[in-house]
Amino acid sequence: MKNSMATLSITYREALNQSLREALQNDERVFLMGEDVGRYGGAFAVSKGLLQEFGKDRIMDVPLFEAGFVGAGIGAAMAGMKPIIEIMTVNFSLLAMDQIVNNAATLQHMSGGQLNVPIIIRMGSGIGRQLGAQHSHSWEPFYAHIPGLIVLSVGTHEDARSMLHAALLSPDPVLLFEYTMLLNLEKEIATDLPIASLSKAKVLREGKDISIITYGTGVYKSLEAAAELATVGIDAEVIDLRVLRPLDEFTFLASIAKTHRVLIVEDAWRSVSISSEVSARIMENGFYDLDAPVQRLCGIEVPIPYPAHLEEAAIPQKSDIINAVKKMIYRN
Amino acid sequence: MDAKKGLLLLYQMLLIRRFEEKAAEQYTKAKIRGFHHLYIGEEAVAAGVMQALTDDDTVLSTYREHGHALARGIDADLIMAEMYGKLEGCSRGRGGSMHLFDASKKFYGGNAVVSGNLPIAVGMALASKKQKKNNITCCFFGEDAAAKCEFYEAMNLAALWKVPVLFVCENNLYAIGNAVRYSDTATELEKKGLAYGIESSTVDGMNLIKVMHATNTAVEKMRSGGKPYLLICNTYRFRAYSMFDAELYRAKKEVEEWKRRDPIPQFEQFLLQQQWITKDEITDFESKINTKIQKALDFAEEGAREPLEQLTKFVYTEI
Repeated sequence: MKNSMATLSITYREALNQSLREALQNDERVFLMGEDVGRYGGAFAVSKGLLQEFGKDRIMDVPLFEAGFVGAGIGAAMAGMKPIIEIMTVNFSLLAMDQIVNNAATLQHMSGGQLNVPIIIRMGSGIGRQLGAQHSHSWEPFYAHIPGLIVLSVGTHEDARSMLHAALLSPDPVLLFEYTMLLNLEKEIATDLPIASLSKAKVLREGKDISIITYGTGVYKSLEAAAELATVGIDAEVIDLRVLRPLDEFTFLASIAKTHRVLIVEDAWRSVSISSEVSARIMENGFYDLDAPVQRLCGIEVPIPYPAHLEEAAIPQKSDIINAVKKMIYRN
Repeated sequence: MDAKKGLLLLYQMLLIRRFEEKAAEQYTKAKIRGFHHLYIGEEAVAAGVMQALTDDDTVLSTYREHGHALARGIDADLIMAEMYGKLEGCSRGRGGSMHLFDASKKFYGGNAVVSGNLPIAVGMALASKKQKKNNITCCFFGEDAAAKCEFYEAMNLAALWKVPVLFVCENNLYAIGNAVRYSDTATELEKKGLAYGIESSTVDGMNLIKVMHATNTAVEKMRSGGKPYLLICNTYRFRAYSMFDAELYRAKKEVEEWKRRDPIPQFEQFLLQQQWITKDEITDFESKINTKIQKALDFAEEGAREPLEQLTKFVYTEI
């Protein structure tokens, strides 16, 4: 990690690690609990060094049962603590789904506003390491479906560094989707980042010809695609949704009012996904701004296969984005 | 136990019994809807356990929680209004019969997924430990929860972290219709606590004094040692599982046999023997309770329906 004037070069993993360390330093109610977060240093080394620095009462290793420790996190949050729960990967969050959906998301409501659950649940996510069908899920749409949750997708290094702090200010449960494919990737970020917004999507690249709306691992792929499209004269705007619930439709509707074309990119399966929701909102509130039908690039509807070439073909790649945009632009 | 405490506990049990009878009646009149689970027959458990807790202790319960809520001191008015779905209810009508909450009484539901409250209880106890408080978290659940994974997870974590959760298993023998002898290989449920090194005991849940003593002993140990405890209360629900249950799975004779062990007459007999109460005073008690329940009913009837404009309130915390 090297410092320059107002930016620094940092890996996604370091950015996550630093924001965790800072959260633990700033508030003694914060503790990190999860599978192998302590002695092992984190399944993906995100929490490396934190046990040594903060001790075992604040960096708590737990057995491999998600319903138990997520439920315990909910209880601790209800009783005045600020637990950060790490579920090793999003795939195992299904085992804690009852706790997340029936307790974290509902207690505020069922109690008529008496209780709130300021829990943070971080999950390693993403597809692309040949992990097969049970370890390659994109469950963002599942959780984005549920009122009472705040669902964040950490698609950039800036958000890896700053989203957790915003999440800690939330009185309600926050799910953070972190992307393991990005962990080693190094990027420049500002040294002095403002607290991230938990309500706004972000325009990461301005353009006038088409809006590419995406999140998660789609963000850097779309930005790279946009850079390549610029060389052939296509000026694409790229929007990182970031907050999947509550969805910020204002930002993408404003973009479409300018570009009149939209491609939505995500890893999740096409049916009943984030892109179907975004598409529906555009139909409802941005239909007359469109010059062409909304197009989507999504996960192919198959359990993710093990062979590398099939896995790669199952989710949108940079070349798919470029081809889809060209097809939409050159149609006219 | 002295006369004063004896009368209070009798009052609580009678209040629960009559409240539930009235609630069932209102259910048949369609004033109360949804799933509705009566506590009749199990009153000694709620009254006997709750008397051992202080205002600082925390209580989590199940969907058969009306008795727990009343014994914890939530006013009958607020509970009846909640069942009516009225704004004045203890959960502003948003919860209903299965989701009674009162944060001011540290009563945290009303959880309608079997075993769902167990890990939460462990987390609340963990928070207390971290905050260096010495309160106890008391978590009620039924015997079928003790066959679910979250029970084992909660027991393991509570023992591992050495946090004071009082696990109170109300073994009323039937999950819905499936009897514990058909659903669990270990019907002596206290053995499940021992597997985690958690001190456990079993008590006759139809006998208030026994429940009281067993809970007092458990709580005393917990306050000094800070460790979890598993208390199995063998009890029986006299009524159906819920209002939709034809009770095809158990013999009438069995129900009648259990009714002979009704905790309320048993305890009344004890109080009479001690000469802490007279038969006339019991009659007075009954009429006082009837008045209270009628008042609760009026309160619920007169309560307000939440305006439709507020439908989406309480999804996220208002800051």
